Amino acid sequence: MAVKKFVVGIFTDEAVLFPAIKKVRSAGYKIHDVYTPMPIHGMDHALGLRETSLHTAGFIYGITGTTTALSGIGWVFNSDWPVNIGGKSHFDLPAWIPITFELTVLFSAVGMFLTFLYICQMAPFVRKHHFNLRSTDDQFTMVIELTEKSNEESVKAFLQGAGATGINTQVAETGWWLGRYDKDKTPFEHKGATLA
Amino acid sequence: MSSPLRYESQVRTALVEGQKDYHQVTEDIVRPIEAAPSRLWWIGFLISVACLLFGVWSVTEQVIYGVGQWNLHRTIGWGWDITNFVWWVGIGHAGTLISAILLLFRQGWRTGVNRAAEAMTIFAVMCAGQFPIWHMGRVWLCFFIMPYPNTRGPLWPNFNSPLLWDVFAISTYFTVSLLFWYSGLIPDIATVRDRARVKWRKLMYGVLSFGWTGSTKHWQRHESLSLVLAGLSTPLVLSVHTIVSFDFATSVIPGWHTTIFPPYFVAGAIFSGFAMVQTLLLVSRKVLKLEQYITLEHIEVMNKVIVLTGSIVGIAYLTELFISWYGQNKFESWAFAQNRVNIFSPYGWAYYLMMGCNVLSPQIFWFRKMRRNLTVTFFMSVIVNIGMWFERFVIIVTSIYRDYLPSSWATYYAPSIWEVGFYVGTFGLFFTCYFLFSKFFPVIAIAEIKHILKKSGESYKEKMDVEERMPVEEFAHQYAHAH
Repeated sequence: MAVKKFVVGIFTDEAVLFPAIKKVRSAGYKIHDVYTPMPIHGMDHALGLRETSLHTAGFIYGITGTTTALSGIGWVFNSDWPVNIGGKSHFDLPAWIPITFELTVLFSAVGMFLTFLYICQMAPFVRKHHFNLRSTDDQFTMVIELTEKSNEESVKAFLQGAGATGINTQVAETGWWLGRYDKDKTPFEHKGATLA
Repeated sequence: MSSPLRYESQVRTALVEGQKDYHQVTEDIVRPIEAAPSRLWWIGFLISVACLLFGVWSVTEQVIYGVGQWNLHRTIGWGWDITNFVWWVGIGHAGTLISAILLLFRQGWRTGVNRAAEAMTIFAVMCAGQFPIWHMGRVWLCFFIMPYPNTRGPLWPNFNSPLLWDVFAISTYFTVSLLFWYSGLIPDIATVRDRARVKWRKLMYGVLSFGWTGSTKHWQRHESLSLVLAGLSTPLVLSVHTIVSFDFATSVIPGWHTTIFPPYFVAGAIFSGFAMVQTLLLVSRKVLKLEQYITLEHIEVMNKVIVLTGSIVGIAYLTELFISWYGQNKFESWAFAQNRVNIFSPYGWAYYLMMGCNVLSPQIFWFRKMRRNLTVTFFMSVIVNIGMWFERFVIIVTSIYRDYLPSSWATYYAPSIWEVGFYVGTFGLFFTCYFLFSKFFPVIAIAEIKHILKKSGESYKEKMDVEERMPVEEFAHQYAHAH
């Protein structure tokens, strides 16, 4: 968590946004993030983000569920309380398949959802800085972090040239804090931005 | 200029009608949430709450005086309660089918209807769950069905029993559907939050949106989450009604003991689920003025699913009828020939009602004109659900009302007022939830509509000609972007 200074460029068309991202990146500016109202395919590649491993986590949760079900039922029927059901086998695998399947799905889905919330730092009463409230409506917001090497005015001029329809500067907290969206209080008094 | 990211054939009709841009989409879908509820909404809501209260009263009677308040008896241990359970679970299949299976098959039209259908799924499963729970009688001991170390031995539930499989299947289905629905809802709740002017609205949607920002990385993970949840839900949705059918199919009761049940139940579930989606959406699109998002095209496609699944169900009815004769098992053929097909038998009328509603009447949807007729569609959607209720009633009651002991044949089973009240109460629960949902949440997935807008929106499709005429190489060259 740190307070930093950003130049915010607002775009209204993704067809302008894509070349703009390319230009900004090749000019060497540091894109903090791009906020969009809907998923835009290819944007993660354009920003140079790596693929998410969330699905791998989902697979691991899934096999945990499979193992839990098989070992749990197996233990109950063979060791903890072996019931003689008409002399049938205690290791009755076909009859365990439905529950094994359900637990696989359950573990995977719940695990992935919670992991998703954790890695995106999302939860009820979590607050974050929003650079542009219309980036959940119809605008695409590109946020460029100001560093010691970048000059605020030149970044602004650059964004103007790249087709941004609105440009402003904001000092913002990058992390999250506990708060409510009906209160505009920031978590602390800022003493000024750090330029990385 | 159309988006460089999408390419779609001109042959397909637009999924979003009218001249829309992203902001207009938000306005149209969020408008009903921000406006005061209409008189119609209040009337519907209050009727639903009244039904719900009647249900609460009926269940209270049953808990105080016992399951004897229902007209269940020897030999009918399962009557309206399990019929209603299977019926509601079946209805709860369309939502996840639309959101999961159609996502994997890349059906663009699902975006208009998936949010409402998923909500319907969740409410329907909630209603379904009530029946087995209250049927337990001593409902305060209902946690005995969960496997946990206990002081009774520990005595475990029977993991080989289809009834326990059902507990796992339904609770997993409910949880996964809820997560799928809510994870899709988060970005849309954030849209409502960021437009909010009133304090309580900012607070409520702020809390519910979990602090969503719309960051590219978050969208990337969100897409991955949706895709994997869809992949998981696809076999899940098929497994749930399969396992419900095991409740019957693994028994040795004539009329239940059939291997055709799993696919037959799944087709029937999708059939009735789509019918309920039609009922709800035909009203919602009109009342909430969303005709440009839930278009005639959407209605028609769902009617095609109805005629397909209805015909699958019809084939299944005829197959089990044929097998009951071909199998030459006297008890099995009695169950079909005497208890069902014989129109003069006590429940013969129910069998023909089922056949008429489920097999014959949906055939009207072979005609395009009928598929696109809203009145016919609405009428049919109700007919189909009546028929599907009778399907479950026929399967359950006509298989057990005459058992191997003819002396117990005489009693004709009809529900008591508290059984009817319980059923009415679940309608109350279902519609109360749906009315609240349609008032406080976007009934259409805003972000998903925006995602397909420049591909399938009417105004954008008109502008597509230039790209369509381009050779693929030129198209790729012109619109290639940096990696």
